[in-house]
Amino acid sequence: MSTAIKPKHQRLVLVLAALAALVAAALLAAWALRNQASFFYLPAEMASKPPAADRAVRLGGMVQAGSLKTAADGVTIQFVVSDGKAQIPVSFTGITPDLFKEGSGVVADGHRRADGTFVADNLLAKHDEKYVPREMQQMTAAEARQKIEITR
Amino acid sequence: MIATFGLAALWLAAALAALQLVAGFLALRLPTNPLAPVVRPVAMVQAGLVAIAFACLIALFWRTDLSVALVAANSHVAKPLLYKVAGAWGNHEGSMLLWVTIMGLSGGLVAAIERRLPEPTMLATLAAQAFVSLGFYAFLLISSNPFARLNPAPAEGNGLNPLLQDPGLAFHPPTLYVGYVGLSVAFSFAVGALLTRQVTPLFARAMRPWVLGSWIFLTLGITAGSYWAYYELGWGGWWFWDPVENASLMPWLAATALLHSVAVLAARDALRAWTVMLGVVAFAMSMVGTFLVRSGVLTSVHAFAVDPQRGSFILALLAINIGAALTIFALRAGTVSEGQRFAFVSRESALVFNNVMLTGTLGIVLLGTLYPLLAEALNAQVSVGPPYFNPATAVFVLPMLVVMGVGPLLRWRNDGLVRLRPVLILPAVVLLGVAIWLAARGVPVLSVLGIAMGTALLMIALVPIKGRRLRTVTLPLWGMVIAHFGIGVALLGAASDSAFSTEKLVAARVGQTVAVGPWLVRLDRVEPVAGPNWTALEASLSASYGGARPSKLRPQARSFWTPPQQTTESAILTRWNGQLYTVLGDEADDGRWQLRLWWKPFVTLIWLGGVLIALGGALALLGRAASEVRRREAAGKIAYRRQRQGRN
Repeated sequence: MSTAIKPKHQRLVLVLAALAALVAAALLAAWALRNQASFFYLPAEMASKPPAADRAVRLGGMVQAGSLKTAADGVTIQFVVSDGKAQIPVSFTGITPDLFKEGSGVVADGHRRADGTFVADNLLAKHDEKYVPREMQQMTAAEARQKIEITR
Repeated sequence: MIATFGLAALWLAAALAALQLVAGFLALRLPTNPLAPVVRPVAMVQAGLVAIAFACLIALFWRTDLSVALVAANSHVAKPLLYKVAGAWGNHEGSMLLWVTIMGLSGGLVAAIERRLPEPTMLATLAAQAFVSLGFYAFLLISSNPFARLNPAPAEGNGLNPLLQDPGLAFHPPTLYVGYVGLSVAFSFAVGALLTRQVTPLFARAMRPWVLGSWIFLTLGITAGSYWAYYELGWGGWWFWDPVENASLMPWLAATALLHSVAVLAARDALRAWTVMLGVVAFAMSMVGTFLVRSGVLTSVHAFAVDPQRGSFILALLAINIGAALTIFALRAGTVSEGQRFAFVSRESALVFNNVMLTGTLGIVLLGTLYPLLAEALNAQVSVGPPYFNPATAVFVLPMLVVMGVGPLLRWRNDGLVRLRPVLILPAVVLLGVAIWLAARGVPVLSVLGIAMGTALLMIALVPIKGRRLRTVTLPLWGMVIAHFGIGVALLGAASDSAFSTEKLVAARVGQTVAVGPWLVRLDRVEPVAGPNWTALEASLSASYGGARPSKLRPQARSFWTPPQQTTESAILTRWNGQLYTVLGDEADDGRWQLRLWWKPFVTLIWLGGVLIALGGALALLGRAASEVRRREAAGKIAYRRQRQGRN
């Protein structure tokens, strides 16, 4: 832009530059979201339509009773997450959240290894009655529905 | 009694806001409106009333008056006094009352001290402020009454979420709210200026202190919130791109852009329509933040109320306020005449570039934050985390930082880059040298860029005061230099943490020594301890840096009993060159204890940078306020002299 440019044109150029940047931001966001957003899976979904290995996803379900084992190093645990239809083995290295235990719900952040084991980088468990991970709220609702159907 | 009094004060304040709105807008229509002189006093009295209502709520929490539903639900007789008082705003209703209190007080302050603008613009501004406040009064009185009573009163009360029982809680929400609500004043100024077609440098100077002030508080609030998450959650991270964090980051990004475009408008009378637009966007982001945090669409420690009615109410307020403002903008923007021109290479252009990049970053964060909600409407559950946010924001932030270094060295209106070659060579060489040196060591690419640019920024940020006698440097210039320097410091800290942190996760026997980075950490013992409303297991660690005398650390696993909940209390040891971060986990079956240890070199620079940025803002605000006071004194003297001359 030279100083000879008319004010009206300068405003137009500025508006176009801002629009271009915003469109670029939107496109970049759309592209990155497609590749980087991590989808939520129930065990049955993960068994039938497994995500690509190394793709970050979330897995949610119940920690199956009797499945929790601690490895010799004392900090790696293995357990099975189930939704009553399918079982997915999960491995996690770290300090488990306070209310993580067998028979209660868990949401695991991580990826599926080629051998079918889910490697969790982070575990989310119920904090207390009030603060429940989003996905788990719906899981508890679905479980409640299931229970009602069974008792009928 | 106190509760009834508080509720009455709140209703009266709401009624006065309605009067302020009507009187202000009537004054806009009829130049000789008899109601015009009442607008300013009404705004001040409204501020007083809402402050009384808030004081009543604090008194109720102080005395733990369990006949008030809100106190019973959120407090407990056995709670320490600080948390009893802080509990007044550690819940949905109380935090919304805090919101309208700050809004009322800032409206009253504008009415009391702002005399620079033409009176019609001021009346329109105060009317717009009343319009926004009125929506929040309605929200409080209709769906979130903080003074609702319980009959019969319970004996004990429910207690406050233990994660929130932290000294940080006493200051974090009020700090952020001052920031959010300060932007409502900027919004009202923008609407007022649009309505009276007075988008002038004078308007920019009147609005600037409010933008600066709320930006300072947002900066401090984000810095404090980040440090809180860092030590309280026990995950060793300092920014999680959690929707709640983003809710405070988005108004900050918009306010940062606004701050810089206001500077252009005040100094050079350019970017008129853009500044007004940003004023609207910044407050829109405050309201989006409030909606995300308070509506319960997100479940987190911040979502006090999972109540769809409240979410819809805030969403409706957002739609009404922003919709109205954008309509006025669409109708009036065309009649705001063009500002001054500037050349492609000029300080204005650099600031425009900064604005566009900040807006782009804002767009990236906004889309990433809302995407899970949009996807859920389509029945897909997704979460968006660092793999999206880190690279996508870096695309906009890194070029912006380059221009941030060069921009302040450019002259207004028209300049050439050739002139700057001598001062730019050294930082550029350092940037390249550091980058090549780190890349050769296999450091990840984003960290390489972060450290190299951070180092170069530390040098180039100081160039504007280089060779000047420091006494003659004005406060606003000091402010800019320190804030930009702070950005470099924070960037260095963040990049150093991600590049050089070492982590050790072990199950250790009592007496065992674990090495992490340059540290040797020995687990001396684990024993039970008790606090006022919790019990805990506490580990005693002796940590020695490179063989020096060991220091003690005591991380805990705490159990609260009202409400029953467990938290991890990390223990942190700070040295000048970083922090040792320790967390105690569970006991394994064979008697070993899980320990998670991090050595985080220079991680403290992140928050030091945040504090420097806020300090820079405070200096700029102080400088502007001082020159305004001097200007008024001079104007007063001139008026006095004229008066005397007239008498003679």
